[in-house]
This record gives sequence, C-alpha cells and structure tokens, in this order.
Amino acid sequence: METARFLLSRFAQSLLALFCIITLTFFLARLAPGGPFLDEKKIPEHLVEQMKRNYGFDKPLPVQYAMYLGRLVKGDLGPSFGNKGFTVNEVIAESFPVSAMLGACGLTLALALGIPIGVFAAARRNTIVDYALMSLVTLGICVPTFVVGPLLGEIFALKLGWFDVALWENSSAWILGSVTLGLYYSTYIARLTRGSMIEVLSQDFIRTAKAKGVPPLAILFKHAFRGGITPVVAFLGPAIAGLIGGSFVVESVFGLPGLGQHFIKAATNRDYWLINGTVTVFALLILTMNFLVDVLQAWLDPRTRANR
Amino acid sequence: MPRPVRTETQPGQVPHQTLFGLFLGPVLFCSLLILPLASCRPETRVDRATREKILLLGNGAEPKALDPHIVSSVGDANILRALFEGLVINHPSNDAIHEPGVAERWEPNADFSEWRFFLRKDAKWSNGDPVTARDFVYSYHRALHPKTASPYASMLFFLKNGEAFNTGKIADFAEVGVKAVGDHELVCTLEAPAPYFPDVVKHTTWLPVHQPTIEKFGSMTDSYTAWQKPGNHVSNGAFRLTEWRINAHVKVRRNPHYWDAANVKPNGIDFYPIESPFTEEKAFRNGLIHLSYAFPESLIAKYRAMPDSPLRAETYNGSYFYRCNVTRTPTDNVEFRRALSRAIDQETIVKYVTRAGQVPAYGFTPPAEGGYDPPRMIGFDPEKAREHLRKAGYASGKDVPEFTLFFNTLESHRNIAVAIQDMWKKHLGIEKVKIENQEWKVFQQTTQDLRYDVSRAGWIGDYVDPYTFLSIWRTGDSNNYTGWANPEYDRLLRESALLSDPAARLEKMREAEAILLDEVPILPIYWYTRVYLLHPDVRNWHPTLLDHRPYKHVDLVPSEKGGPR
Repeated sequence: METARFLLSRFAQSLLALFCIITLTFFLARLAPGGPFLDEKKIPEHLVEQMKRNYGFDKPLPVQYAMYLGRLVKGDLGPSFGNKGFTVNEVIAESFPVSAMLGACGLTLALALGIPIGVFAAARRNTIVDYALMSLVTLGICVPTFVVGPLLGEIFALKLGWFDVALWENSSAWILGSVTLGLYYSTYIARLTRGSMIEVLSQDFIRTAKAKGVPPLAILFKHAFRGGITPVVAFLGPAIAGLIGGSFVVESVFGLPGLGQHFIKAATNRDYWLINGTVTVFALLILTMNFLVDVLQAWLDPRTRANR
Repeated sequence: MPRPVRTETQPGQVPHQTLFGLFLGPVLFCSLLILPLASCRPETRVDRATREKILLLGNGAEPKALDPHIVSSVGDANILRALFEGLVINHPSNDAIHEPGVAERWEPNADFSEWRFFLRKDAKWSNGDPVTARDFVYSYHRALHPKTASPYASMLFFLKNGEAFNTGKIADFAEVGVKAVGDHELVCTLEAPAPYFPDVVKHTTWLPVHQPTIEKFGSMTDSYTAWQKPGNHVSNGAFRLTEWRINAHVKVRRNPHYWDAANVKPNGIDFYPIESPFTEEKAFRNGLIHLSYAFPESLIAKYRAMPDSPLRAETYNGSYFYRCNVTRTPTDNVEFRRALSRAIDQETIVKYVTRAGQVPAYGFTPPAEGGYDPPRMIGFDPEKAREHLRKAGYASGKDVPEFTLFFNTLESHRNIAVAIQDMWKKHLGIEKVKIENQEWKVFQQTTQDLRYDVSRAGWIGDYVDPYTFLSIWRTGDSNNYTGWANPEYDRLLRESALLSDPAARLEKMREAEAILLDEVPILPIYWYTRVYLLHPDVRNWHPTLLDHRPYKHVDLVPSEKGGPR
C-alpha cells in the first residue's frame, strides 16, 4: 500500500514535470531571436507573412499554444520546416531507432566495462592496480567524445580497416559510435561503482561476514554488490535517456542519422515543431527512466521507500 | 497515422539493421580481424560503385525539400539538377555555353525582351507523361503564386508582371508574361530586355513540376505535401528519386523515360548529407564517397603536398566581404570606410588565413572569363588608408570611437575577423574594434535590422552575369542591409538593363560598380574557391564557375591508381 502510494505520487510528479517542460519549450523557442523564415538571402516580407499564415503563426501565441496542445494530445507533433514534406512524427520515428540502437549497445559496453573495473578497483583499493585503473578512468572522463570518436575511426577504420569510418549504408560505422559512447559512460560507472563498493565494504555487516570466515569473493558479490550497485542504478536513469536519446557529437562524427542531430539542428534552424517534438521525446525518456529507477531502487534498498 | 514509406524496397528497414547490428556485428568484427591478412586492398564501396556506375557524393547539409519552388541552397539544388531538367541546362565544362534541355532551341526578339522556347517533342516525365509548354506555365504560376510563398520567387520577376502577381497587385495570372503556344512552344515576355536570359532559366526555380502529382497530394500552392517522397515524386530529368532517408541519403536512379537516356552515363547517384568536413575527408579516405562537398582548411597544406593529390581548388562564383552600416558612426563616413578598406591586406588573408587559393578581390563582382571584369579599385595600401583616416577627421586611429565587427559563429570567419582587427590596428592604429560572433539566425537578424557596424557577408551568384551581384546594392533592395543608397548607381543599373548590346551593357555595369567601390558600403575581401576531394575514377568532371553539374555527362571508369589507400 505504502509502495503503491509512493509510485502514484512519483507518477503524478512526472506528468506535471512533462507538462511544464512542454510549455516552457514552446514559449522559449518562440522567444529566441530570428525565426524559421529568416535566411541570408532575404525572403520578401509579404512571402514571410504568407508562410506564417500557412503554418498558423499569424495567430496570437496563446492561441497557437492551445492549438499545439490540442494536437499533442492526439499524438500529432506537427510539420517540420527544416524537412519539408515530413512530419515531426516521421522524423522522430525514423531517427529514434538509430539512436536507440547506438545507445543500447553503448550502454551494454559501458556496464560490461565499468562495473567490473569499479568492483575490482574497490576490492584492491589503494594498491597500484587501483591507482592505475582509476588514472585510466579519469583520463577517459577528461578526453571528450569528439576526440575519442575520430581517434577510433582513424585507428580501427582507416588504419586497420575493420570498420567503415562513416555513413549509415549497411555500414559498420555505428559500431565505432557505440564504442565511443560506451567508453565514455563506462568511466562514470567505474568511478561510481568503486566509490560505493568501498563504502559498503567498510560497513559492519561485511566485517562480521569476514570474521565468520565467508570467502572474499562471496563477500564481494553476495553481500556487498547489491548495496554497492545502488548509486549506479540511480545514475543509469539519466544515463540511459542520454544514451538512447542520441548524441549529436557521435552522430555527426560518424555521419549517423540519429535523433541527436535533429535535436541540435532543430534549434539552430528554429524548426519550432521539431524543437518541441525532440524535447518532448527526450523529456519522456528521462522521466520514464527516472521513474523506473525509483521503482528499482525501492526494490533494491527498502530504506529509500521509508525515507520519502 | 500511416507509416511513411520513403523507399521502394524497405518497409521495416530499421529492425533489419538492428538485427544486422546485434548479431552480424560481432561476427563481422571477428571476420574482419583476419581480412587484412588475406588481401592487400579489399574492394571499397567506391570501387564497387564505380563498377556499378553509381556516383557517391558528399552533399553538405540534409536537403530541406526536393521541390524546386521551395528550396534554394547549393546542396538542395545539386539534387534538383539530377532530378529535373529545365529549358536550358549547363554545359559540362563551360558556363558560357547554353546546352539545350527541354527546349531544343530558343530565339529572342530584336531587343531581347521576348524569348520563344521550342520544346522537344520527346521530353517525358518519369512516369511517361509528355512534358509540355503548359507544364512550364503551371510551374511558374505555382512558383509566383503568393500563397506558395516560394522564397526564391524573385528569380521569376524577370517575367513581365511577375512581381506584381507575386505581391498580389494583380490577381490574374494571364497578365504575367509567360504563355504556352500549343504543346511545344513557350513564350516568355520580360519586364526588361535580358540578353543573358538563357543563363537565368538554368536556375532551379525555373524547373518544371508535374501538375497531376502536385495536385494528387494537395493544392497547387501547398509547399510541404508528400509529393516529394520516393514513390510519389515525379520529375523530368536524367534521374528519378528512389530513396530518401533524412540525414542518411537521397538516392536517384536512371529515369528510363528521359529523352536523352541513351547518353546518360551514370546509372545513379547517392547523395550523402555529411555536414562535418572532417567526417567527409575520412569517408573519402575510407573509400566511401567519390567526391566531397567541402574540405577542412586545416588539411589543405597536407593534401597539397601529396603526389597525385585528389584535392581540387576551383574558382567559384562568389564574393566574401564585409558590410558597413552607413547609418551609424563611424562607418557612415565615406572616408573612414575607404580607410578600412585600404587597410585590409587581402593577400595575407588568402595566403595565411584561408589558404585555399582564394583570389584577393579587387572589386565586388568576381571576373568571369571572356565576360565581365570589375574595375580594379580595391587593394591594400596602408599609406592611402592613413590619408583617408585623416580626411575622415581622425588625427590618429586612437580617436576612432569603438565599433563592432559581427560574424556568424564559425572558426574560419573568426580567423579572418581577428586578422582584419589586427590589420586595422597595425595600419591605422584603431584600437577599439570589438569582434563578436553570433549564432546564425541571431546574426541574420542583427544584420537585417542594421544593428551592426561592420558585418561579415558572402554572396554566391545565381547565374553568370554581374547583375546577380550588383542588383543587391540598389536603393532599398531586400538584400542591401547597409542603408547605402546612390541614385546615380540605381540609374546606371536601370539603364544597363535596357541595353541590348552585351558589351555596352557590361560597360554600364562597370560604371555602376566603380561608384560602389568608390563609396565602399562594403569591404571586398576575396573571391571564393571551392575546395573538395575528387576520386580519380570520376571522369568528365570539369572546373566550372557556377559548379552546376549536368550529372548525365559524368562518367565512372576504374582508374589504375584506384584512389586512396
């Protein structure tokens, strides 16, 4: 009963947050200087007026906002100006799977690398192994993806010829993109895992287990791991949203048609409906992930529920 | 909502690719580990494409649309020229030669104010329908209709009453100067004589569209309907649209109904929207594209040094310059503007900053071979610059009030701005020049609202004629944005338009340009070059001023060198 009420309140909060995000995005996009019909070669004023009429921008802003909400409820995100002939729904439906695949593979790699490194470093804390691993991880955090991506391309595509360096034409370039994303997130996961594992390992119940003669590996994985992983799970919410929501850098380095590119280009083009559409999708992702993380954490650690 | 069907072959392509990724990826990964041992140079995509005669092109940004009356950017126009054919088309190597397109031949009246185009009888749309003169009238009606709001409608203002119809002053399209006489004759009556009219009709806004297709998906004036999608799209050029995936590719293949299909060399073209020139350069080295759209400045020296370098740097019909706001101090002072202009060391900029073989601009309009040459009035002269500064009333550069140079956020614009800021300081002693970058749309707004002192600009000619450059400086022209107005300049340009003798006409425009360069509301810097990478397999690809390629002539032949790698 307690749990149900907790979940229900979190759900209501998420909905409210979503509504605020949608509203803010709508008005902020309109407040930005310039507009979709402004270009280097001037479009005559009477044609700009006509374009505004064609898209319903001649009406007062609150009316447009109401119309926008009305369409949104029906799941219609409107037309895109930057990609004429396509609706925002089509643009997102086409690009989201690309980003989702990139992100899902990247996430798998990030977990497969990050968690073992973190656990291992924690188990060997303050030894040369720990220092070496953590130095590497810190280096990984410092080097941005726009350096790692091209570097991977240079080595594994151009030098070794294992992959294609770019494009989405049955190309293998996306694997390099996934690896770039995966490496980046694995560094955060490794640090988080190490930190919280060390904390858990220094607690009384671990000392008791040790004293009772439980083998070290069993202590690590049976007793400490469940508690040690909790902060990683909390981090995973926004991380997953960030990963599958698309990365502008990785997508443009490897020329991939994902959602991340639309996110940035929509803003620079003042492609209003596409801005609103991509932000809404991203907000939905983050809110859903955070909600799931809350549920998962409540299950992993009963204290979370009690504290709220 | 129905699922968009954007390609002919692939409902459900995404799951397929996902599966490919999840299962085949690792397998591919392992098998490729041993592959380099097996052969020294595996067949690249480009090799295969050459064999299949498919041209793989980097094409800059994702096209905004594939509708000739809606788009105008260089990349969009490249695709449109593959899909559509206008009355007259570009020659593969010389922009001064007019190649017959849908029109077999054409003739002007005595003073070049009326042009009759005789259309070939075998011209067909990609669905087999004949292309008729009425299609052209319909297309120009659509492009000029105020409701279509075609951003490039002004290209059609050459037609008598074109502008009046577009602005709603007249409502009856019959009054506009374009008529079909039977199926195969199109008569264009112009607002003013234009001996260069065949150059004008090569522009993409003059391409025809297929009426039944447009109206199947909406009304004539709807500009964003589904007619542009593969499967729906009907065009009359050498190629037809087969696939379009946003940010991934636009693919066109041979149009079997094209009148000259027997002489079309490539079987198809794949256009890839790759915005990062660094990614493009790598894709080229990786054997993924035949041609790049752009090239990173920082790699020019490296590529120049290569033997058999694939790097191409060609003169391009564009001018890079700064606008001066003549409505604000200190740039309202003509002597001050002259001082600024004379203090810009253009040689240094092209040699050490831009480094791609750009030409220092001695005028505004780029010179065209065998045609126009602008008066040589711009150039670096620090001595004269200081003299102008004194005449402007400043004893030294220290007295000049602070002013700001704006540019849109891009590293190469910043480098030029910093260099010029330094030159003004060095040669004129001006210390208070601020340089400020703004995001593209904000920058446009600042410039168009005249809220700047000096502002970066570029202008690419739509056709080879100085009018496309000089007309923007007329009083109140929608692209002027400087506040500059000169009745004498306006008069000379107006008179030039009425001259039917080409040489006299160009002379008149030189006189006009001399006024512009004397009063310098703009500071010319350099004339563009287009820098790109070209694979040796590509044949019949000649340097041209406009870079408007008739793709049907481009051939693909495996070269001995086989390109990079």
